[in-house]
Order: sequence, then C-alpha cells, then structure tokens
Amino acid sequence: MGGTVSANHDRANLLEVRGLTKTFGTLTACDHIDLNIAKGEIHALLGENGAGKSTLVKMLFGSLEPNSGEIFWDGKPVKITSPGVAKKLGIGMVFQHFSLFEALTAAENIALSLNDGSPISTIAAKARALSFSYGLPLDPDSLVGDLSVGERQRIEIIRCLLQTPQLIILDEPTSVLTPQEADKLFETLERLRSEGKSILYISHRLEEVKRICDRATVLRHGKVVGHCNPREETAASLARMMVGSEVKAVVRAPAEGIETAPALLEIRGLSRKPATPFAIPLKNINLTVRAGEVIGIAGVAGNGQGEFFESVSGEVLQQDAGSVRIRGKDAGAISITGRRLMGAAFVPEERLGHGAAPRMKLSENLLLSRHATDGKAFVGSGGMVKNGSVYSAAQRIITAMDVRKSAPDPEAAALSGGNLQKFIVGRELDRKPSVMVVNQPTWGVDAGAAAHIRQALIELARSGSAVLVISQDLDELFELSDAIAVMHNGELSKPLPIAEATFEKIGLLMGGAEPGHAEHGMEVA
Amino acid sequence: MDITINILLTIATAATPLLIAAIGELVVERSGVLNLGVEGMMIMGAVGGFGAGYLTGSPWIGLLAAIIVGALFSLLFAVMTLSLATNQVATGLSLTLLGLGLSGMIGTSFVGQPGVRLPNLDIPGLSSIPVVGKLIFGQDPVFYISIALTAAVMWFLFRTRTGLTLRSIGDSHTSAHALGIKVIRYRYLAVIFGGACAGLAGGHLSLVYTPQWVENMSAGRGWIALALVVFASWRPWRVLAGAYIFGAVWIGQLHAQAFGIPVPSQFLSSLPYLATIVVLVLISRNKRLTMMNTPASLGQPFVPDR
Repeated sequence: MGGTVSANHDRANLLEVRGLTKTFGTLTACDHIDLNIAKGEIHALLGENGAGKSTLVKMLFGSLEPNSGEIFWDGKPVKITSPGVAKKLGIGMVFQHFSLFEALTAAENIALSLNDGSPISTIAAKARALSFSYGLPLDPDSLVGDLSVGERQRIEIIRCLLQTPQLIILDEPTSVLTPQEADKLFETLERLRSEGKSILYISHRLEEVKRICDRATVLRHGKVVGHCNPREETAASLARMMVGSEVKAVVRAPAEGIETAPALLEIRGLSRKPATPFAIPLKNINLTVRAGEVIGIAGVAGNGQGEFFESVSGEVLQQDAGSVRIRGKDAGAISITGRRLMGAAFVPEERLGHGAAPRMKLSENLLLSRHATDGKAFVGSGGMVKNGSVYSAAQRIITAMDVRKSAPDPEAAALSGGNLQKFIVGRELDRKPSVMVVNQPTWGVDAGAAAHIRQALIELARSGSAVLVISQDLDELFELSDAIAVMHNGELSKPLPIAEATFEKIGLLMGGAEPGHAEHGMEVA
Repeated sequence: MDITINILLTIATAATPLLIAAIGELVVERSGVLNLGVEGMMIMGAVGGFGAGYLTGSPWIGLLAAIIVGALFSLLFAVMTLSLATNQVATGLSLTLLGLGLSGMIGTSFVGQPGVRLPNLDIPGLSSIPVVGKLIFGQDPVFYISIALTAAVMWFLFRTRTGLTLRSIGDSHTSAHALGIKVIRYRYLAVIFGGACAGLAGGHLSLVYTPQWVENMSAGRGWIALALVVFASWRPWRVLAGAYIFGAVWIGQLHAQAFGIPVPSQFLSSLPYLATIVVLVLISRNKRLTMMNTPASLGQPFVPDR
C-alpha cells in the first residue's frame, strides 16, 4: 500500500493525532485514527462518504468531542474543546456544508469569525484585497443568500485565510470551482505551503490530490487503511484504496440517430429579468434536447444557471408560454407539478431544503415530490396516503441506487450528502421521466456514488429520454454529455458536440469569450 | 388645542408599554428564540412593580422591581427552552398562563389599594412651553425610556459587532456554533433582556397608566406586542410605528365611541388591530427585505452535537 509515513521524518509535525475515536450510539465513526501533519505540507485525507472524514475533521476543529485519543499541537498535548480553541491554536476550516449566514452580507459573515473589533468596512476592504490577490474575486457587500454555491465557498476560503491560520482544513474545496478557479486555488495553496503553512486537504478528486498533495491518509469505514505518497499512485489505485474494490468507469455508448429524434425539451428565446438586485438576468436562451441525448451546461458558478434551472423546472413561470416546451407542448406558464405531469423530472442543486425536506423521512420526501405524478399508486380513495406502497417504493429506490443508511427509512438529513443525492436522483429516475433536468448532480459526492449517478443518467438518455445536466464539474460533463453548452452572464452558447469540445474551448467560453458564437458552434439540434 | 395635546399624550401613554414589550421581544426573536410568554412576564412585572411601589411608597423602586421580576420570570423560560431544549411555543404559552394565575394570587391583597404613580417629567421653563412643552418635556419617565430603548436596540443590532453576532445566531444557530459563537449564552442574555422589557412594560401599566392593581390588567397587550414584532418584520423603527398606530387608533376609537358615532362599537374596538396589521403589511411589502430580516432559526431548539 504505497509509501510509508517515514517520508517526512526530517520535518517537525505540526499536528499529531493518536488513537482518536468517536462513536455515535452503536456506530463508530472514527476508530483509533492516527494522523500526522508536518509543517509546510499539503496532506490529503481520502475516503468515501461515511468513511469518517467529516467526523475526524470536526474533532480537529473542536465541533465534536472525541471519546478517546490524543491530539498534539506543535508537540504539546492539547484539548480542542471548541472551534474557538481551534482558532486560537491556529487551525482554520473551510466547511463543505457552509457555515454561512444567508441573511447577512459577505463582509458581515467574515467579520463574525474574526473576533476583532475592526469596523465592517475595514474588513470588507481587506477581504476584497485578499480575494483579488488570490484570484477569488468577491463582492463583500453582496448578500450571501443571493450567491451561488461557488461564490459562497469563496467567502469561506477568504474568511479562513484572513485568520492567518497555521493549519488550514479544506473540505472538498474545488467541487464547485471551474478549472481556472481551481488552478488559482492550487496556486494559493502552494503559496501557503511555501509560507510554511500546513494544509489538510479533503477531496474525492484523485487527480487533484495527485497533483498538489505531498502525502495522503486514506480512511475506510472509520479506520485508517493506509498512508501513501499520492504522486507515486495512480488515480485507480487511490480509488481502490478508498472504496476497497474497483470503481467502475462510466460507460457512454455513442448516441445514434439523435438528429432525427423528437425534441423533448425545447427552450425558445427564454429571457428573465433579475429577481433580486444581485441576480443574473437570462438573455434569449435557445436550446433543444432530443430523445436519447445528454446535453451538459457548463459555466462558472453564478452565471445564471440557478435562474435557468428555476425557469425550466417551473419554480418561476414565464411570461411567454412557448419559451419552455416539453414533449412538443408549451409549458412556460405551467407549474412544477404540471410540468412533472407532462413527463419531466427535476433535481435541484441544494439537496437539503430544496431537493428534500431535511427532517422528513425518505418515504415522506418521495411522496412530497411524486404525489401528483403517482397519485394512483400513492394516494388511495378519499385522499388517504397509502403508506405501505410509498414505503416499498422508497425501498425500491434505495436498493436501485445503493443508498447507504443507518435505519430502514431515515430522515433525509441523517444521510450523508452522496447518499441523499443518490436517493433524490433515484426518486426521479424511478419514474422513467422522458425529460430529466439535473442541476449539479454530483456536487460533494464521492467517486463511487458519482459514477453510479452518472451512469444512471446516461442509461436514462439511451433508453429514449432527454437529459439536461447543469454542472460546474467539467470532468463530469465530459464524462456524461453528448454536447456541452456554456452559460456565461445569463447567455447560453450553442452546444459543442463532445467530439469537438476540449477543456480549453469550454474554459474560454466560461471566461466569456463570444458567448453564443462558439467556433464550430453547430447546433446539435 | 389642549384637547389635541391631551389626545397625543394619551396616545403616547397607550403606545409605550406595547413598544417596550415589543422591542424586548424583538431582541429575543432576533436571537432565534420565540417567547410567547410576553403577556405572562408583563403581568408579573405589573404585580411586582405595584407591590414594591405600594410597600415602599416609592414608584421608582416599584419600576425597578417590575424589571427584575420580569427578568427573573423569563429566566424560567430560558432554563426550560435553552438548557433543557423544550418546545418554545408550549413553554411560552405555559409561561403566560402561569404568569396570569400567579399574579392574580400574589395580587389578592393589593386589589383596591391606592397605588403610587411615577410623576411626569417637569423641567421648569421647558415643560411649560406652549404646545410642545408638555409633549416633549412633560411626559412620564417610562415614555423617554421607551424611545431611548428603541434607538439603543436599533444601534445595538445594526451597528455593533455583538448585535451582528446576535442576528447571526437568529439566522443559523448551527453556523454560529460552527464558528465558535456561544449560542446558548447569547440566547440566555437575549431572553432575559426581553423579560426585563416585558416587566418594565408591566410596571408602566401599574405605576403610570392606571396606578393600581387589577387582575389581568395587561389585557392582551403582550399578545399585541408579539404580533407587532412579526408584522414589523423584526425591525425596531417599524415596531415603534406599529405601537403608535395601534395607540392612536385605540384612543381615536374610544373618542369616537364617546361621541356616539353610529358604528357598532365592536367594529370600532377591532379597528386598532386591523389598522396596525394593514399598515405594517403595507410597509413590509418588500419581500427581499422581509426575508433578510426574518430570523431563519426562529423557534427551533438548539442542541449542540458533541
């Protein structure tokens, strides 16, 4: 199993963890974890969802109390009893599930974690300067509630950097960044390493880990299963270590006869005024998704993808009923339920609170989204809910998507992100919709679960449905799509057939080069 | 002219207890706690204030006692909901019921006794200026406290770091906890502040408004204060506007009834509620601002996972 821990004997350990254990009831989330982080290294923490990465990190940041084990900071034993203690030691954290306040501005959010008395305007100026110097531009006066996931993460990163920590813990930091943004983040991390700072880097993107990390610790089922030097490993060998078995590669059979297939989802001249002062207006968007194909929409976070999804799904109705057409019928003035009844299915970006009601059981969440489309199956005479059939349908989805959970029918919030996403996608796939629109299908989802979700989407398309995927993960779009369009500043480029698409071409369009006039921009339609 | 001034003065007196109780509850709700016990804390403040004033003969000691009794009574709510994480709605309701019953029991010997009244401000020279003199310099001390309190809460919530922290807890207690903010401690202080305000409002009733003890003398004002906070979308100056609109229409309809206007008195009596709600809904039309100001974690018990 790769190299050994001896690689960094010459450097002093900043953080040393011995036998850290945390149990929740009967579940041992972390089982005698050992971890050493040297000064000036980027250390990767790898593992599938539910492997115990988040629990371990929460103990290091003082949000959770370990049942047993020791933590040494700079060689001295420490008890990290609260995030405040962690911050004082010099540990900074960028959360995966952001700890931001939606009703406050970016600058206010940053001020809250700084604990110094300087006025908000000073902090805003500092944050703006720092964000530009690290290539993560940020408007400190914008309201977090109006920002996209990617922009929110920038706040988290800037907030952490402003505290000038010695150890920075990053939980899935690039999952919402463009390749260019990620490159800038890597430059930042390398700069921090050269300044002698240590970084604990949690990611499931193995190529990244190979690229920037000096060492890696791999967790599986709460136990350390190996330490290695990621540069000496292949992505496949790292994945095997994480999962414990081979990860199946996504297979995309070539799409045939798409040109003559019926158009199932058509967007015709869709425009939308900004709903809030910070929102992006949509400008004359045209797109056709035909039966059997997967179209991907790439773009930097916050370029109108959220607004576009809301318009297509029917969360926001259109003035012009013909601007969204489902299976050849005008749907622009029809509500979400109406559009579902026409054969469409939607998976929004936020899993908790939007895709699923956190405190309700999976079966109840299933009923919430499908009571209309599956009225006969789920609701009996007199409007009584058939709990038995809802429950068995939920179990069918859980089995089909391999959702891992701690109870037969747990609350949505009790599942890890990847497993909940598998359930939400599975809930829609189970209907065999003829139009499927998914926003960020695998955000924060581990390799195994992501491959599962992607394969399921491709298979849905090949069985004759139209699939539209909005994603900021370019690897994912290249894996999934038959053609990729790019959204920039509320405009959508023409889809580029996958055979012609390259990272560079898409990257340029994402940066705003000639939206709508992509070179070789032959419409797949 | 004198009639107008007198009407304005009675409006201020009617609005003051609502304003104080509502401003206190606003701070509590901004921290994410819903305390439905305002009515109970208010009546406890009223009986405590009257009792202390009656026994010592000093209305000032009475006022202080009202504040302390209100704060102590809210501490009961804080221990239940914050330390023991009980349901805030149920606990708040029982606090109101307990307050109404307990105050009646404590106050049996005070019924019919002459109370002491806080004297109005009287600044020689200034208070006798025609028209504005009495309005600006000649009211009861609690009126000035209520205005100062509103300004102070506004400044605290939106201009200080501690106020920002309090608002952040109301927005998301889990995020605040993740940042190392002491959620429970802030909420304790907010609830106690709210209790002290409700107590003070009660003291105003029994030491200024009608300086005597009558069972149930808060007469639903705690509930009106609660409604004001929500309809004012958790913004202090709107609470002030709401309290004064309510006070004005209240006094107005009393005069209208006295003049014998041929409108059913039940309708007139309901006017203050109606007018306040209509006005506050109209000024809260901006959905975005309302969303920004609504404490998202309101009423949810917080149990740190450790």
